[in-house]
Amino acid sequence: MKFGVIVFPGSNCDLDAYHLVRDVLKRDVEYIGYDRRKLGNFDVVILPGGFTYGDYLRSGALAARTPVIEALAGFANSGGLVLGICNGFQVLTEAGLLPGALCRNDSLQFRCRQVYVRVETNTLAFTGKAKNGDVLKMPVAHGDGSYYAPPELLRDLDDNGQVVFRYVDRDGRISEAANPNGSTANIAGIANRRGNVVGLMPHPERAGERALGSVDGLVLFRSLIGHLQDREVAGNG
Amino acid sequence: MAKVEVTLKKEVHDPQGTAVENSLRALGFDGVQRVRVGKYLELVLEAETFEEAAAKIEEMSRRLLSNPVIEDYDYSLQEVE
Repeated sequence: MKFGVIVFPGSNCDLDAYHLVRDVLKRDVEYIGYDRRKLGNFDVVILPGGFTYGDYLRSGALAARTPVIEALAGFANSGGLVLGICNGFQVLTEAGLLPGALCRNDSLQFRCRQVYVRVETNTLAFTGKAKNGDVLKMPVAHGDGSYYAPPELLRDLDDNGQVVFRYVDRDGRISEAANPNGSTANIAGIANRRGNVVGLMPHPERAGERALGSVDGLVLFRSLIGHLQDREVAGNG
Repeated sequence: MAKVEVTLKKEVHDPQGTAVENSLRALGFDGVQRVRVGKYLELVLEAETFEEAAAKIEEMSRRLLSNPVIEDYDYSLQEVE
């Protein structure tokens, strides 16, 4: 079982993701350079947070057109698991690997604080160890996190169970106050149709140790590990 | 030379535009109805014909300069020495 973390110029949460996988979860992890044309052998590839290419033009736009993203698209199309966190989520939407777009926060302010998200879909490899309705505390740190989906896409996302997380208050209720950026329908994270690519604005990798104020982000990674272990057992049996 | 304008689709909320609009009102410009903030790009490129240049600009606009989910683009071309 091997995790990869793609590193672009301007990534700044790559070390957080690497640290969590290696030191907290005790799993194999390797950095993947943005100029690589082949990914190598990975089970999960993480696109970390940051400000790739200075967020020039649009957040994630330039990173989405690098060779490694072409390789990542091949990986995703063959069923590989991809997790985009914050800027990584922006890169995935810019690359067309996830639908919709991330726009400027409606407050125009950079939001850096703890938020609560509710698990909306626990049938994915990313959420198998959570229950629908579970409320997770994780930090956000972004200026362009307002998820936009046109009405027809929004319906599709709902119908296909592609909304993975929504911003809620600590009791799990959807409200405007709980929405840090003006995202459509309080959407904090989504999956692609196949369910093997997930992006979210909050940072689960920064909510994996008590010292950081929350361990709620671990459920994503434990779900992924559980899913891969089940697959290995099935493969060997 | 190509001048490319990238604008937010009308159904996409533009908080920057709203902030600029409020600022203009604060300056006393009462007649301002609406402000939308977009991007303007100038590209100098080589092409044999206007058609060829237009095709290139179209493709650039679609693939990178704009995000078709939230933005529209428009452009004009002129010959430069």
